[in-house]
Amino acid sequence: MAVEIPKEKWTAQVRKVTIGATSEEGGTRAKTLTVGGESALPFLHYEGSFPNKPALAVEIRDRKPDDWSPLLLDALGETAEDPAKWAQAAEAMGADLIYLVLSAATADGNPNTPENVRAVVRKVLDATGLPIAVVGPGQAEIDNELIVPAAEEADGERVLLGVCEEKNYRTIVAAALAHNHLVQSKTPMDVNLSKQLVILINDMGLPLERIMMDPTTGALGYGIEYGYSVMERLRLAALTGDKMTQQPMIVDPGAEAWKVKESKVGEGVPEAWGDWNRRALNWETLTATTLIHSGANIVILRHPENVARVRKVIDDLSSATT
Amino acid sequence: MALTGLEIYKLLPQTNCKDCNYPTCLAFAMKLAAKQADLADCPHVSEEAKTKLAEASAPPIRLLELKGSEGEFQVGNETVLFRHEKTFFNRCGVFLRLQDSLSADELKEKVAEADAYHVDYVGIDLYLDGFAIEAASGDPKTFGAAVAAVAEKTKRPLILLAATPDLAKAGIEALDETRPLLYAADADNWEAMAQVAKEAGLPLTVRAETLDELADLTGKIKEAGVEDLALDPSLSGYLDSLHKLTSLRRLALKENFRPLGYPVITFPGSTESVDAAILAAEQIAKYGGLIVLDEFDPSTLYALLVLRENIYTNPQKPIQVQPGLYEINDPDENSPLMVTTNFSITYFSVANEVEGTGRPAWLLVADAEGMSVLTAWAAGKFDAERIAKDVKTFNVADKVPHHKIIIPGHVAVISGELEEELPDWEIMVGPREAVDIASYLKSMWTT
Repeated sequence: MAVEIPKEKWTAQVRKVTIGATSEEGGTRAKTLTVGGESALPFLHYEGSFPNKPALAVEIRDRKPDDWSPLLLDALGETAEDPAKWAQAAEAMGADLIYLVLSAATADGNPNTPENVRAVVRKVLDATGLPIAVVGPGQAEIDNELIVPAAEEADGERVLLGVCEEKNYRTIVAAALAHNHLVQSKTPMDVNLSKQLVILINDMGLPLERIMMDPTTGALGYGIEYGYSVMERLRLAALTGDKMTQQPMIVDPGAEAWKVKESKVGEGVPEAWGDWNRRALNWETLTATTLIHSGANIVILRHPENVARVRKVIDDLSSATT
Repeated sequence: MALTGLEIYKLLPQTNCKDCNYPTCLAFAMKLAAKQADLADCPHVSEEAKTKLAEASAPPIRLLELKGSEGEFQVGNETVLFRHEKTFFNRCGVFLRLQDSLSADELKEKVAEADAYHVDYVGIDLYLDGFAIEAASGDPKTFGAAVAAVAEKTKRPLILLAATPDLAKAGIEALDETRPLLYAADADNWEAMAQVAKEAGLPLTVRAETLDELADLTGKIKEAGVEDLALDPSLSGYLDSLHKLTSLRRLALKENFRPLGYPVITFPGSTESVDAAILAAEQIAKYGGLIVLDEFDPSTLYALLVLRENIYTNPQKPIQVQPGLYEINDPDENSPLMVTTNFSITYFSVANEVEGTGRPAWLLVADAEGMSVLTAWAAGKFDAERIAKDVKTFNVADKVPHHKIIIPGHVAVISGELEEELPDWEIMVGPREAVDIASYLKSMWTT
């Protein structure tokens, strides 16, 4: 019996977004990263085209974080002491994008400063040829104060700036407009809020080709199903022609998975949770791969082993012959 | 294809006798079409109509039921491709594979350990669904003994991985009063395997390399009298699994293609160069039915069982807890008061942490419509007004005369407004994540 494989006919595709600029394009990056462009649900090669694989961003910090799991700090070793070394290590891990998160305070407890931010951004740009993202610590006022100098310092590099949220996007979008960058548009797990913020950012004059959509996710066990379903709905809407849902999606399974107890804590937890290190690695990996199946175009990771682990899955899923 | 109300009406007696408790046959037909009534409620319906209606109303993915000596397991009956369209109904099974090449003692030890595995996730008890025993020896006697050894240590449903009729029979004979799944019929042995399954009244797995061959085989086996089937589409990795399982689900739901409308069994550990945990996770999200693991490793099993719970949660009903003032470790009037939302994952994360500190505390669970702290705050469901209202509703002031309330660090911004709403209270900003509650209380709460 010849079984006819059902195929969906989609009418639209995900928008392509390119992060980073080479010297020909006004920047200094050795390579750029393009995501998006697919015209079917993830990896269903038989009903659409997939010009770009999902990409891996690796999170680095401007200084060694105080509150990361000891498992992560052990794995990173002394590279976590210096953003330039960390960026190079991330590149060696196989990152496509360096995702630099700025801290609210410096190691001595004083507020982070524009001068420090400029120095860190410069160091990272000099240390790696990969495209970069620079995002603030996630507090509106401090974000704005730190992202503007970062945008100036990286003028023309087409950096992904963030994080734009409904209550705080104007300053960051203005910085992206002034210095030829992109932005990350983050909304709390809701299809309409996702669309709305993309529209607001676009209304300020930033082209859609410079907006990454972050629908937010929860870690495995901590709300991943909400993020998963919102992403599936956004992607279905994109493929059926809803223009403001067609931004490629970036999500942060690294940060989400590494802040939960399963990853952070090794003692005083149920025996049924199993080996701490393997459990923590699984938590980040399975959060990431599950979100890749729901349409993530960039996932942000933290642990070096998981970068390799997730990379292999993406490569297998992206090979068009079965 | 499902029948419309009018098509069903044509098959009914059309007497409007009301014995079904509906005013007319048409009304009853409409209810049947909407799957809100049961045909058995009509005592007058003809046998012919029954058969036709049963065929038309059969679920696109046939339900498969397995039974152990106590435990039961059901899979199938799925109706959607994406969980947000309705929900995924019957959780895919997670089974553990063991070989009969192990000694009886080794088998018993492994089964006992895995059978005893339980883990609590937000108040839900998670565990393995059963075991698959593989006749690696090829010897019926050895296999029968292995099945008996396993059955001695677990009451959960079993899968008999026995590729010849003799092996399958030996496995079946070692069990009584249970309903294991037989595995597997293929192009070479299907007649004999179907015969064994039919005689024993057991469900049978059908295995083939391609969906074409698979559909051929299920048709033949159904004709031979075995209706309860599972499919093994011989998967070879992440992409093959995604493509074949997506096609199977779409064929069943969109085309109502009966020959492939059965649950799927997968063996994520069988493909070399594949990370079994990642492939199993893919199959949990993307259309797996029975997932047979090769390793019992709690650090992987826990993650997979939680993922399955998440994916199969009904998206229309977020899991919530009752709003109210909760007592943890027997608090008194000096104990700290913390507030969080009534999203069950949030509640359990916070409550477990507080309980783990061993300190008595009050936990005010605000009515945030089942949303997590940040989501609820963004949606205006967990603001100063809400918290102040619940402080009053649950008479919190009477229990904690110290009038100090600790809010989640993620909503630090509302502390000013909350001061206005609760003028004689001191608002303290707690940690952002539950995992940091212990150290927070240690440094900030001294009584």
